[in-house]
Amino acid sequence: MLCATDIHKGFDGLGVLRGIDLNVEKGEVVALIGPSGSGKSTLLRCLNQLETVDSGTIVLDDITLCRTRGGKLTYADPATLRRITLKMGMVFQSYNLFPHMSVMQNLTDAPMRVRRLPRAQATERARELLAKVGLSDKADQYPYQLSGGQQQRVAIARALCMDPEILCFDEPTSALDPELTQEVLGVMRELARERMTMLVVTHEMGFARDVADRVVFMEDGLIVEEGPPEQIFHSDNPRTRQFVGGN
Amino acid sequence: MTIKFFNDPERLWKLFTLMLDGAGVTLSIFFLTLVFSVPLGMLVAQGRMSRRRLVRTPLSFYIYIMRSTPLMLQIMFIYFLLPQVLPFRVDRFWAVIFAFVINYAAYFAEIFRSGIQSIPAGQYEAAKVLGYTGGQTFLHIILPQVVKRVLLPVANEVITLIKDTALASTVAVVDLMTVAKKQVSSSSSIEPYVVAIVLYLVLNGAAEQLCKLAERKMSYYR
Repeated sequence: MLCATDIHKGFDGLGVLRGIDLNVEKGEVVALIGPSGSGKSTLLRCLNQLETVDSGTIVLDDITLCRTRGGKLTYADPATLRRITLKMGMVFQSYNLFPHMSVMQNLTDAPMRVRRLPRAQATERARELLAKVGLSDKADQYPYQLSGGQQQRVAIARALCMDPEILCFDEPTSALDPELTQEVLGVMRELARERMTMLVVTHEMGFARDVADRVVFMEDGLIVEEGPPEQIFHSDNPRTRQFVGGN
Repeated sequence: MTIKFFNDPERLWKLFTLMLDGAGVTLSIFFLTLVFSVPLGMLVAQGRMSRRRLVRTPLSFYIYIMRSTPLMLQIMFIYFLLPQVLPFRVDRFWAVIFAFVINYAAYFAEIFRSGIQSIPAGQYEAAKVLGYTGGQTFLHIILPQVVKRVLLPVANEVITLIKDTALASTVAVVDLMTVAKKQVSSSSSIEPYVVAIVLYLVLNGAAEQLCKLAERKMSYYR
């Protein structure tokens, strides 16, 4: 479904991604793990068009986001880029809810403004999703009135309101204490059970082991090893074993 | 001090109505300046943040001039310059409005720029991944948050503007200050100044209340 090939990306001559190949199948949960600075978040941001790649090919659902042929990189036209944007959801480490909007407005504004859904339909979908993340009673609150865990759950619901085909998470629990982390991971487990396609950058090894179908271990802009959790968490590769805490 | 108005209700009333007319002109300068300089300031702020140096640099220079020379000098300069460069006659009132607008737009531009730049990048990123266009992002996500952040500095400018309108008297626009000066010199009493003080206090008292109201309206979120 999502297919990235030979992705290169550097900042100021520093190679952050040095040739990444990544595939995500429909309904698959892929955990992207690795030490800080290994390029996990940058990879996610390239897929989400928050950064542009230096070279490589990205295809989502047979739509080409960018392609490199004969050393020449071309991005799709703006209309196509926008179609791809709408197929991908993103949950940030710092939630990035809109502080001037209530929870309900956070959930309905983009569906109404961007997808042009009627208010009634957008509101109904928002209520469903709020119930799913366990925050039905918070619809009229503002983000500052919520805990970090609640804000992140709202952010997940906001992304789901756009009915994306793949949901990306950029260290969604890194700003949360263990209790709130569990709250958010609970929601993500539920989504995984429903076969939501997810690409999750995380430091939560428990989540990667229990929920992911596949774990990708990155370091220094390269994929060191990837495979099912059993393989990664009982790896023969000494570097992988060292990182996941060999067991 | 000789009392000439405060012991003569009829004369005081006449003075008062004259000064109210002046206050009307003061208010016109005030509102016209705000109506034009706020949008212009927003445009200048955008241009000041432009990626093109050809847009950015002249605007920086414009802001530098406006903030670094006395407003009184700007008013007089424009008042004497406009008739020489324009083919038609410009009313002194509109020359003054022009001077106020370009001066205040420069101050507003810097306030708006700092407001816009204080919005975290995450807000733009969240809007982008949700599919908002650039225009929608600015109008519905960024601008409402900027309004809240610039409210206090803008309120400061508003209050300063009411007092600055008195500079219109340097080119004899008949505002509250001009009327007060005339009445003081013709009556040799400083009582008209007392009336002017009271009227400025009333105007700014009202302005302050409006700013407080706006602040309360924006306090539904943090």
